[in-house]
Amino acid sequence: MRFELMYESFFKIIQGIPLTLEVVFLSTVCGLFLAVGVALMRVSENKFLSNPAYYFIYVIRGTPLLLQLFFIYYGLAQFIFIRESFLWFFLEDPLFCGVLTLTLSTAAYSAEIIRGGMQSIAPGLIEAASSMGMSKMQRLRKIILPITIRQALPAYGNELILMVKATSLISIVTLMEITGIARTIISKTYAPVEIFIVAGSIYLLINFLITRLIKFAENKLNHGTIY
Amino acid sequence: MMELITFGDTGWGDELLLSMVMTILVSTSSLAFGLLIGTIFASFKLSNSYVLKTIAEFYTTIVRGVPELLVIYLLFFGGSGAVMYVAKIFGHMGYIELSPFTIGTIAVGAISGAYSTEVIRGAILAVPKGQFEAARTLGMKKYAMSFNVIFPQVARLALPGIGNVWQVTLKDTALISVTGLVEIMRQSKIAAGSTHEPFLFYSIAIILYLFITSISYQFFNRAENKFSKGFVREGN
Repeated sequence: MRFELMYESFFKIIQGIPLTLEVVFLSTVCGLFLAVGVALMRVSENKFLSNPAYYFIYVIRGTPLLLQLFFIYYGLAQFIFIRESFLWFFLEDPLFCGVLTLTLSTAAYSAEIIRGGMQSIAPGLIEAASSMGMSKMQRLRKIILPITIRQALPAYGNELILMVKATSLISIVTLMEITGIARTIISKTYAPVEIFIVAGSIYLLINFLITRLIKFAENKLNHGTIY
Repeated sequence: MMELITFGDTGWGDELLLSMVMTILVSTSSLAFGLLIGTIFASFKLSNSYVLKTIAEFYTTIVRGVPELLVIYLLFFGGSGAVMYVAKIFGHMGYIELSPFTIGTIAVGAISGAYSTEVIRGAILAVPKGQFEAARTLGMKKYAMSFNVIFPQVARLALPGIGNVWQVTLKDTALISVTGLVEIMRQSKIAAGSTHEPFLFYSIAIILYLFITSISYQFFNRAENKFSKGFVREGN
C-alpha cells in the first residue's frame, strides 16, 4: 500500500467532485420533471400518449447507458444538418451530451417508479376526491402526487444512487469527474488498488449522504401517517 | 449504406453478429459467476458468524455503492498483478496476463454477484420455516436439506429477481468494451470509426441489445412458469 500516493491522489480526485455533483443535480432535476410527464403519459388511456411513453421506457431500459451516450454524442454528430443547426452548439459539448443522456435515462427509470407509486393509490381515494367535486388537475395536485411521492421515495432513493454511479460514464467522453481523474492517475502510477480505495470511498460517502437524505425525507413525509 | 451491414469481407454483418454472441457469452458467464458468489455471500449473510456477516455486508455495500466502471478499472489494471502475486506464493514466477474476457467476467460477475446476494438472501428467507423444520424432523442432514428441499424452492423464488439481475448484467457488459473485449459496444464503435457512420452502427447496436433483452425476458417468463408448475399459491 502506498499511503503517500493515496494522500496525494485524494486531493486530485476531490477536484472531480463538483463536476460529478453538478451532473447528478442537473440530470436528476430535469429527469424528474420529464419522468412525471412520461409516467402520466404511460398511465393515460389515450394510445397516442401511452405508446410513445411505453417505447421510450422500453428502449432506454433495454440498452446500456454507454451506448445511449455514444449514440447522442457521436451518432447525432454525423449529420451535417445537425452540425449546421443551432443544436450543434449543445451537441458538440460533451457535458451537455452527458447531462442529456443521464436525464433521459433517469426519466425512463423514474417514470416506472412513479407509475408504480401511482398505481398503488387506492381507487377509493380518487373516487372520493372526484365525488367531492375536485377537478382532474386538483386531484393530481392534492391527492395523487403527494401519495405517489411518498410511495415512490424509497425506490427513487435507489435510482439516485444509480445516477451517482452512472455519472462515471461521462469520463469516457473526456470529462474529468471523479472516475476520469482516478483513471488518469491509475494509468500514470499503476496503483489501481490504492486509487480504487480513494475514489471508491468518495462515492460511498456521497451515496451514504444521499441515503440519509432520503431517509430523512421519508420520515418527514410519513409524519402523521398511521400504519 | 446497406452494403455496410452485409456479411462477408465488405460488410460488418458477420462481425456484428459475432460480437452479439460475445456479449451473450460474457453476460452468461458473468451471471453464472455472480450467482456462485451470490450464493456464497447470501449464506454468509444468513450465517450466525459475525465475521462472515461483516465480510458479506462489506462486499455488497462497496460493490453496490461504487461505479461499475471503477470496479472494471480496478480489475483491468490490477487483475493480472493480483493473479501474479498469488502465483508467486505458489512458486510461479512468470508473467501472467488475464484475457479481457476473463477480466470482464470477473468484474461484471463481481458486480452482478452483489445484486444476486440480495436476491438469493431474500429467496432463502421467503422459504417457509416449516420446510426447514419438516426436513429436520425427517432426519435430513444439513446438505441433504439444502440441496433437496431448500434449493429447489429458492430457485423458484429467486427467479424473478435473477431475471432483473440478468438485464443489469447484460447492460454492464457494455462497459467491458473499455478493456478491449470485442462485444457489441466495442464492435459498433470500431465499425462507426472506420466507416464514419456512427449513427447507423450505434442504431444497430441498440437494436441488437433490445433483441437480446426481449428474448431473455420471454425466456425468464417461461422459466418462471416452468418452475412454478405444481405450485399452488397460498389462498388459491
